[in-house]
Amino acid sequence: MRDKQIEDLKDYKYGFSTDIESFKAPKGLNEEVIRFISNIKKEPDWLLQWRLKAFERLKVLKEPDWQKPKYPKIDYQDLYYYSAPKSFKEKPKNLEDLDPKLLETYKKLGIPLQEQKRLNGIAVDAVFDSVSVATTFKDTLTEKGIIFCSISEAIQKHPDLVKKYLGSVIPITDHFFATLNSAVFTDGSFVYIPPNVKCPMELSTYFRINASDTGQFERTLIIADKGSYVSYLEGCTAPMRDENQLHAANVELVALDDAEIKYSTVQNWYPGDKDGKGGIYNFVTKRGLCKGKNSKISWTQVETGSAITWKYPSCILKGDNSIGEFYSIAITNNYQKADTGTKMIHLGKNTKSKIISKGISAGKSDMTYRGLVDISKNASNSTNYTQCDSLLMGNKCGAHTVPYIKNKNSNSNIAHEATTSKISEDQLHYCQQRGLNQEEAVGLIVNGFCKEVLQQLPMEFAVEAQKLVGISLEGSVG
Amino acid sequence: MEQKLKTDFDKFINNSNFSNQEIKLKKEALDNFLKNGFPSRKLENWKFSDINQIIQKNIGELAFYNNYNIENEINDNIFIKEIEHNKIVIVNGKVERLSFEYEEKDKINLSSLDNFNQNLNDDNSLLSLNNSFSNKIHNILVKKNYSFKKPLIIYQITNEKVSNTNINFQINFELEENSSIKIINLSDDNSEKNFINNLFNFNLGKNAILKNYKIDIKSNANIKYDYSNIIQKENSISEIFIFSSGSDYIKNEVSCNLEGQYSSAFINGIHLLSKNKHHEIRTNTNHLYENTKSYQLIKSVINDSSKSVYQGKIYVDSKAQKTDGYQLSKALLLNEQAEFNAKPELEIYADDVKCSHGSASGSLDDNSIFYLMSRGLNQTTAKELLINGFLLDVVEKITDDEIKKLLKNMIGLN
Repeated sequence: MRDKQIEDLKDYKYGFSTDIESFKAPKGLNEEVIRFISNIKKEPDWLLQWRLKAFERLKVLKEPDWQKPKYPKIDYQDLYYYSAPKSFKEKPKNLEDLDPKLLETYKKLGIPLQEQKRLNGIAVDAVFDSVSVATTFKDTLTEKGIIFCSISEAIQKHPDLVKKYLGSVIPITDHFFATLNSAVFTDGSFVYIPPNVKCPMELSTYFRINASDTGQFERTLIIADKGSYVSYLEGCTAPMRDENQLHAANVELVALDDAEIKYSTVQNWYPGDKDGKGGIYNFVTKRGLCKGKNSKISWTQVETGSAITWKYPSCILKGDNSIGEFYSIAITNNYQKADTGTKMIHLGKNTKSKIISKGISAGKSDMTYRGLVDISKNASNSTNYTQCDSLLMGNKCGAHTVPYIKNKNSNSNIAHEATTSKISEDQLHYCQQRGLNQEEAVGLIVNGFCKEVLQQLPMEFAVEAQKLVGISLEGSVG
Repeated sequence: MEQKLKTDFDKFINNSNFSNQEIKLKKEALDNFLKNGFPSRKLENWKFSDINQIIQKNIGELAFYNNYNIENEINDNIFIKEIEHNKIVIVNGKVERLSFEYEEKDKINLSSLDNFNQNLNDDNSLLSLNNSFSNKIHNILVKKNYSFKKPLIIYQITNEKVSNTNINFQINFELEENSSIKIINLSDDNSEKNFINNLFNFNLGKNAILKNYKIDIKSNANIKYDYSNIIQKENSISEIFIFSSGSDYIKNEVSCNLEGQYSSAFINGIHLLSKNKHHEIRTNTNHLYENTKSYQLIKSVINDSSKSVYQGKIYVDSKAQKTDGYQLSKALLLNEQAEFNAKPELEIYADDVKCSHGSASGSLDDNSIFYLMSRGLNQTTAKELLINGFLLDVVEKITDDEIKKLLKNMIGLN
């Protein structure tokens, strides 16, 4: 299929490079590149127009600069916006070629050898292939009428659904990075759960064939129809190697009447080396719309990777009695920086939201919780509870809390609490007295600190995430 | 506006006798203000209260020239009778009377400053405006080991002679080692549609104690900005109490810089708002040295279509280990049109600290009202009782008994 696409494009009229080994659209961001992406993906005209509209908007938008972590200016004309999956020639051939530190981490996480190779794009034996696993999953899902495929496939097969919901939560006129994504997004996941269906398993990108090459502008759209339920997992605990520095994904969730979406993320992209060189910029826009009555959206995130994490998974509580939740653990070490949090916009009556955020900073890193709770005039009887705790390790790191609280309704209640402290010497002493070394003790205490959030993760994920929390903080004490 | 500023500035300089050095500094400040203009919501600090818009909407065109050569009459009736006190009386931004009748003359040094505090951050264009248009800056120095015997009340009066005018006022207090002072700020406005811009500088030496009570109680249609900058050395204590209720719009900003160890800052405030008022308190406590402590408690009672804003920031430098910072803001929304916005912020770079903040907003607790009514109170009285209790919590933090009693009477809380 892909070969054929490439073949087709050899004579592509815009004269793009057709080198089979690494096939890329020329550098730069312009209308032609957008047309090229749309064309290669055989998109219908409305989507191309939609992308172009976003691009028009992008021209007038300015890159935001209010965030805490500053980064060198990105030259958007110096990026590739489309590149076909690389051939194995360019990828590392053996595990030995990889950073030994990475291998050590895999070992600690207990990741199978074949899996390690897959994660790093090393050619795997024919015996090991996730296709078979994936197909069994596919059958069960199809039986229930659940659609779970790549967004490109959904555009071809379910254009009505995509057309109806794409951009309905994150409009193309949103902020800079969201609009950039709308103009140039390459691929991502699409999920539709039909009315009154409880999705029987945790959906994960992990089981989608070829999911690893979705590129830097990923677009995810999840729709839970009336009375349905879905739990979606994104990312995995193992560190991911990636060529692209900027990641500007968009994730849109729509929950109709009585539906519930649970979205869990474990993000562990390359954070750069010990001196803060390299690493991913993770600038993701995630937003959920509780469109119907009694709907619920719950975000859970464990953010340990990336050089800069800058994202605010948000809930718009439009339907009456809808519920939004946000559970987050963010860990920064070495020179990592994070500015993350959530927005809870209460529009409907009797809406509830809960925010639990745990930030841990170590080394020379910097961490910010930034959040907004906005209760509008019509959102009577709404409540919000926010708790954000930060833990600092050493005096070279920073932990900041910047909540915005807006209450325009006298029948609604907002409560916000935040604390910042360090690991108590007593607790450390107690653990060490019982034979744990310092690192293990810190890991244990931090896990206790994060427990409220870890509990929200699906079972098998939670165990791995727990280990990850410990590993991320290695070398930060003593 | 730019032309108006320039001509008014020239007129102001020509009618005063500033030294060349002062004129130079004032010119620089003016240029800085011209560059930035009035702050708008685009600036993070002014996100909830766009003063540019507020001035345009409520005042329109502002005049900046103030004739400091006029002698203003002072009506002695406005003075507080309940307690004996020293006075500074300011009329339309001009200091008309300085009387320290209860104090030992050789323990206080009064002078006027040639230089204004240039260390304040340039981001705040209102400070530049103040620096360029304020009259001679009085400096009040309290000498070593001297404690004021009686409180000092600063009366800030505006009369009907000014309207649509910007009034700037600035004063300096220097507290030497082991000295202490109690200051009450009271305003008496008989004017409307003015923009009043105040700047208070406090420099606290070792072991010095400052108690400052800012009372905005008389209803008036002026727009006010009040900035206090406090620098604290070792073991010094500052206690600030803000009662904010009367003006149509007021933003009280307090910056505490805890530069010496064991210094502490307490800032407490009340917003009691009705009709269509818009009040903001912003606190900045900067912990810059080890073993410092700060505490803030802000409570708002918001009625009708008023708006209350609290922005509080605790900053902890990487040097400031063992910091203890606590901040709490609570708001009662009594009406559907009422609005409360808060931004409690922590910025922390040291690990051995204990910092926390809390913020809660909502309506009166139905259960409490029910409880009181079941004991025979009618609904109005029950509500009043609960609101009084809610606010008394803050007033009780005042450490000076005499002043606490006075303020309770003024506010009507018992």
